[in-house]
Amino acid sequence: MTYTTAIFYFFAAILVFAGLRVITARNPVHAALYLVLAFFTAAGLWMLLEAEFLAIVLVLVYVGAVMVLFLFVVMMLDINLDRLREGFWTYLPLAGFVSVLLVIEMALILGGRHFGLDVMGVPDPHPADYSNTKELGRLLYTDYVYAFELAAVILLVAIVAAIALTLRRRKDSKYLDPAEQVKVKRNDRLRIIKMPAVKKPGAGEEGA
Amino acid sequence: MHSAGVDWTAIQTVVWTLLKIMALVVPLMLGVAYLTYAERKVIGWMQVRIGPNRVGFQGLLQPIADAVKLLMKEIIIPSGASKGLFILGPILAIAPALAAWAVIPFTGSLVLADINAGLLYVMAITSMGVYGVIIAGWASNSKYAFLGAMRSAAQIVSYEIAMGFALVGVLMAAQSLNLTDIVQGQSGGLHQWYLWPLFPLFIVYLISGVAETNRAPFDVAEGESEIVAGFHVEYSGMAFAVFFLAEYANMILIAALTTLMFLGGWLAPLPFLNDIPGLGWLLGDGILWWLLKTAFVLFLFLWFRATFPRYRYDQIMRLGWKVFIPITIVWIVVVGGMMQTPYGHLFH
Repeated sequence: MTYTTAIFYFFAAILVFAGLRVITARNPVHAALYLVLAFFTAAGLWMLLEAEFLAIVLVLVYVGAVMVLFLFVVMMLDINLDRLREGFWTYLPLAGFVSVLLVIEMALILGGRHFGLDVMGVPDPHPADYSNTKELGRLLYTDYVYAFELAAVILLVAIVAAIALTLRRRKDSKYLDPAEQVKVKRNDRLRIIKMPAVKKPGAGEEGA
Repeated sequence: MHSAGVDWTAIQTVVWTLLKIMALVVPLMLGVAYLTYAERKVIGWMQVRIGPNRVGFQGLLQPIADAVKLLMKEIIIPSGASKGLFILGPILAIAPALAAWAVIPFTGSLVLADINAGLLYVMAITSMGVYGVIIAGWASNSKYAFLGAMRSAAQIVSYEIAMGFALVGVLMAAQSLNLTDIVQGQSGGLHQWYLWPLFPLFIVYLISGVAETNRAPFDVAEGESEIVAGFHVEYSGMAFAVFFLAEYANMILIAALTTLMFLGGWLAPLPFLNDIPGLGWLLGDGILWWLLKTAFVLFLFLWFRATFPRYRYDQIMRLGWKVFIPITIVWIVVVGGMMQTPYGHLFH
């Protein structure tokens, strides 16, 4: 067993364990954290596959941003797990169908030589100075630029739609307008008046 | 001599790498210790106080005394806390803060791992630092800690975008993600530093860096006057100290990255300093300039803390989303556009 194989099995074992815990953990926060572990381990596996850019982006986007927001929401919700589990049996047929599909897909990949997948051949390993990032960028912005721009526009539409759906102004809540606050000048709020320091007759005894 | 199955070269590589990691982490930890000392002294002077001056000459042994004190203290785990995660919190805070240092070059040849996607690696690793804060806040089972964690999560996610865009500007100018190449792209003297063509991005990066490290005036995650000590209110002893170490290691990291990307890294500000007979090895390109520039950026961090009052939470969000992100996007377009004109060389 080579060094790389050992690392692969190490990552694979953690990934399978984390994946199992995502669906078996009783606490939703623990489940989300196991999902973080699963993403991170998957990034390690991608690194072994020489997909360095995708591995780093997986950590950057999913671990660093998406899961943070996910945890943010999960931590604030008071999720009743027993109520969530009520629908277990009704969803089982659909879930079973999806998992059968997954198993078939995996069988197609793993047993690829029975279906003529070995025609593709194993790609040659790249030298250490090969820049995955540059190659990917070049392909995205030349050969696949239309698909890439389309995906970008669809995402933009989704962002606008999500904001439009959730943006509502409540009349009873109070807002600050920072622009108005910044514009405030001293003279609008404060008036300095000169007062002669005169002692009222007979005021001396009051302080005591 | 070689026994079957044992790969001595592999073991040698591992041991050698471990030694190099030690050579990196030990000075870093010392740097953290004396950064706390510098912080107390500098802020002391700014506020016309003396600062620590009892332990050792001029208080120089104060950080050591503090470390010993924290080591001796008991680590209390609250009975309502989620124990495993409570302990995992500080570990997840310090691990990224140290791991990111693997790709930071100190001179042209002094770097632990000279990988070609160094900038991406740093971004990915530092983006994980927030987990320490969130997990600590949630696992503590305390309202103050939880509020601190929530504030920190929202704040770090917001400022990471502006920071990422600022880095995009740098990589456009340098045409490389490798930190050594980025510094080499700034060679030729003070006027070649990316500070000038990318000035708005430099400012955005510096301020976002303060926000990312949860330092004043962006320290709403701790906000001692509002939520006691925020996410680490339930931590004591060394567990608390680990958060402290992570915060300062992150500060030094941000300062080092600012130095590398905008201030020419280890390059001397004036090229003729390399040619001074006898002193060229010291005043020329080398770790001395790296240290000086990083120390200057760190001084700015301390200066900010002594000068500005804490931002209100909505002001932080407004600054991040409505000011910094538009500035960075506009400047990236400006840089990209200018590169297509005859003046493009100014932006390289």
